[in-house]
Amino acid sequence: MRQYVLTLLLASMFALVSFGQEHNGEQSHDENATEETHHEEACGEHGKEPFNPGATAFHHISDQNIYNIGPFHFPLPCILYSPEQGWSVFSSGVFHADAHGNGHYAMDRYVLVEGRVRRVVADDFPMGKVELEGHPFFKKVEQKDGKPIELAHVCYGGSQYAADNPSTADGGLFGGGVTSFYDFSITKNVVTMFLVFFLMAWLFITVANAYKKRDGMAPKGIQSFIEPIFLFIQDEVAKPFLGHKWERFTPFLMSLFFFILGLNLFGQIPFLGGSNVTGNLAVTMVLAIITFFVVNFHGNKHYWEHIFWMPGVPAWVKTILTPVEFLGLFIKPMTLMLRLFANITAGHMVVIIFVGLIFLFGKSGELAGASYGTAVGSTLLTMFMMSIELLVAFIQAFVFTILTASYIGAATEEAHH
Amino acid sequence: MFGSITAFGMGLAVIGAGIGIGQIGGKAMEAIARQPEAVGDIRANMILMAALVEGVALIAIVVSFLSNAQ
Repeated sequence: MRQYVLTLLLASMFALVSFGQEHNGEQSHDENATEETHHEEACGEHGKEPFNPGATAFHHISDQNIYNIGPFHFPLPCILYSPEQGWSVFSSGVFHADAHGNGHYAMDRYVLVEGRVRRVVADDFPMGKVELEGHPFFKKVEQKDGKPIELAHVCYGGSQYAADNPSTADGGLFGGGVTSFYDFSITKNVVTMFLVFFLMAWLFITVANAYKKRDGMAPKGIQSFIEPIFLFIQDEVAKPFLGHKWERFTPFLMSLFFFILGLNLFGQIPFLGGSNVTGNLAVTMVLAIITFFVVNFHGNKHYWEHIFWMPGVPAWVKTILTPVEFLGLFIKPMTLMLRLFANITAGHMVVIIFVGLIFLFGKSGELAGASYGTAVGSTLLTMFMMSIELLVAFIQAFVFTILTASYIGAATEEAHH
Repeated sequence: MFGSITAFGMGLAVIGAGIGIGQIGGKAMEAIARQPEAVGDIRANMILMAALVEGVALIAIVVSFLSNAQ
């Protein structure tokens, strides 16, 4: 029974992933004054924007509604819900996105800005597919509920329309919150998760069949690649932390490890979408919530006793310990979430910033010599960084798994005093 | 405008975590030098401890991010 409840909970958790949005705006609104002059630009003017490394980096690590492999764009299905106009389902190909992911068409008041679907709130904006005019969009900082928020503006019929960002599950903490529509689309991150899921399923079914077929013989081919990693997690993580219950939790730990490792490594492949799935707070949040439920569903009497009424200490110490231990319940999964998110995001950002140095020093191609010179340096730096990131991909997957194992171990430990 | 005071908070948190992880790494190296046969156990525990220290620094960084956003 408990297993069914757990399965149902975990399944519903993954529905949250579709809120996998990045917090747009906010980060860069006070970084440079060049944006300030940019607002005054009238519709239809093509101003040459100065290169903004911060905005470029955030654009590249965020989730998108199109999938690009090298120079090619693949449209993805958009599933959007707005309380005002109900459900809209269409392909993101209708936006006719350019190389920067900016759509030249609007569909049912939805527009594509920097690869993300946004919604025009104005009632006089026509429904259906319409062509936008001139410069497809510009950013403008507006006051919303007393907070400055950067909104994209599009031009149609000679006037400007503000476009809302998608709703995020962070409740406004990271500058997001609920807006006029919800994005349940199959985004780039969701596609990557499916790809990694099918890759892992194929890999492990192949290996499992090989063990059946070659019973008692030495491992061969892909078996010999998977076996040492699997045995490492089993012998170094599951057995020491979980004691005699290790067999029960090994499938969960293996799923966590190989899913995170697969996503980390997939994000390292250049030009293949550059997906940043484990560097998305929503994804790591779901993984951490799953861990939270697994740990606390299996917590025994002693575990709860040690949280709410620590045995063997004076009563006045208990009044301090209980709140601390209770907060620790939630802080543990929160650090799991943040650690993975911060490490992977930082790695992706550093690579983009190194590449961005070429455009900064070369003044976007005006100084050819400086561009070529920096290109050599930043290529070497990027290669160095990528090899470190390869290590980080393994370490972070390992750390997530080993911490999960230690939390489960602490929750299921038998009393020995 | 030279940025906000929260940047100091992030810096302090990183200094603390740096000292902590440095201690863990140094002691682990010492331990491995004394007992090279225990390298596997020491390495796994070293990474675990470094992750726990890092967690505190990450909380500080996020808190300073949040106070910056408001």
